[in-house]
Amino acid sequence: MYDIFYASMIILILTVFLCLYRVLAGPGVENRLIAVNTIGTKTIVLLVLIGFIYERPIFLDIAIIYAMINFIATIAIAKYLKRGCLC
Amino acid sequence: MPVLTIINTLSLAFIIIGLFFMVVGAVGLVRLPDFYTRAHASGKCDTLGEGMMLIGFMLYEGFSLIAVKLLLLVLFIFISSPTAVHALVNAAHARGVVPWKKGDERR
Repeated sequence: MYDIFYASMIILILTVFLCLYRVLAGPGVENRLIAVNTIGTKTIVLLVLIGFIYERPIFLDIAIIYAMINFIATIAIAKYLKRGCLC
Repeated sequence: MPVLTIINTLSLAFIIIGLFFMVVGAVGLVRLPDFYTRAHASGKCDTLGEGMMLIGFMLYEGFSLIAVKLLLLVLFIFISSPTAVHALVNAAHARGVVPWKKGDERR
């Protein structure tokens, strides 16, 4: 089972590099933002996988906090893009 | 113990299907021609893939506090990730990003 965990970690890191191409090359700010949001979603799964591999359940709490911070950051940036200010 | 083997196989199937969906979402993010189509790929494939992978980890773990935390994470992701993508698409539409039609060049 741990081999599957390691293999899925490696595949997820490769998909993070695919999204990083869109961050570097995407025209406009919206493409970059949606790629960053996707990378954040993949990072949550990577944190859970690290917690399972090294048998430290504290990483699950870090994953929950990371999901909340990712959501709030994306909402705030979308609001700033739409209105021009954070009001 | 056949029950443990069945549950491990089931969690393995969930993890592999979720991994497939996440790879498909990343490839769509690179390959598709427009912002809206990329939002389509990212918002749906990523949410489903992450949910299925975390459900696979829940089945592997069994009934404990870790499974409850993973269930909370799955519920939060299923609510929050489409909301974030919808907010981004709404902001892009308000800024005047025109949708891609067939025959246009890639943007």
